[in-house]
Amino acid sequence: MAPRRLTWRIGEVAETSPQTPRTKSLFLDVPDWEGHRAGQHVDVRLTAEDGYQAQRSYSIASAPEDGRVELLVERLDDGEVSPYLTDELRAGDGLELRGPIGGWFAWEAREGGPLLLVAGGSGIAPLMAMIRHHKAAGSETPVRLLFSSRSYDEVIFREELESLAAENNALRITHTLTRSTPPNWTGYARRIDEDMLGEVAFSPEERPLAFVCGPTPLVETVATALVGLGHDPVRVKTERFGPTGG
Amino acid sequence: MDEHKLDGNAAAGVLAEIFTFEMTTAHCACANCGATGEVGGQMAYLSEIGTVVRCAACDNALIRVASGPGRYWLDLRGVEYLQLEESL
Repeated sequence: MAPRRLTWRIGEVAETSPQTPRTKSLFLDVPDWEGHRAGQHVDVRLTAEDGYQAQRSYSIASAPEDGRVELLVERLDDGEVSPYLTDELRAGDGLELRGPIGGWFAWEAREGGPLLLVAGGSGIAPLMAMIRHHKAAGSETPVRLLFSSRSYDEVIFREELESLAAENNALRITHTLTRSTPPNWTGYARRIDEDMLGEVAFSPEERPLAFVCGPTPLVETVATALVGLGHDPVRVKTERFGPTGG
Repeated sequence: MDEHKLDGNAAAGVLAEIFTFEMTTAHCACANCGATGEVGGQMAYLSEIGTVVRCAACDNALIRVASGPGRYWLDLRGVEYLQLEESL
């Protein structure tokens, strides 16, 4: 890929689709989209009538093989950007963005694994791109996803993840629910900790490539625990949302 | 944007405004402590006035970027060197 300078352009919203009560997927047609690597993000910029601009980063949830660019947006009530994206934006609207950005937090099937993915809430977005890419590329790399959500109804991409895991022995998914659990729930029901990672993750000897994405406290807990378990820090990549998002 | 600690990868956008190379996978050496690693694995602080990439080992400011209308200020005093890889 030839080096190029990053420029702003307009993507057109082809479709929006609610995922959970607080998240929505935006499917964008971006003219001359040169493709992305699973895990990369875009910057989105909104401009008010008075010229005030607000900018946020959103991970791309779609696989490179998918035609459209899917962004997963979590609605933050006091956010400057996300309420507009989830409540106001309609099919046919334009959205100013630039990308794809960020080659560091990215995975391609040819890099192998095994692949350890740890997500908190909407942190699933870039990891979903990797899981979808894994399928689209026909990869046989073993993948384990540990996914922390507040409740069963707030498990983003739940049905798609279930069907992907059902059809692919190389993909193993473990959920933990931190606030409420449905009747007869037999899975984890606490925040991710070192014991849980010890049970779910590949062993350090298997040298997994780990990607961790979610709220800052989760990311820092997981990264510290993985290194504590003996994983190579260089193979643990993190993407913090930060405390505010927006 | 409020200033808060993020991964170096979060500075990818502003760095791509300036550099044609992918900067988050560039290797850097800290001029203060000598630690080496990829820029994406360092820490980034984003605010209205600019972006600072800090060493994950010693918190030294490696890269500072500020921008105004039609111009950028780039301070690289904190890096001993940057090793840039051509994209595959």
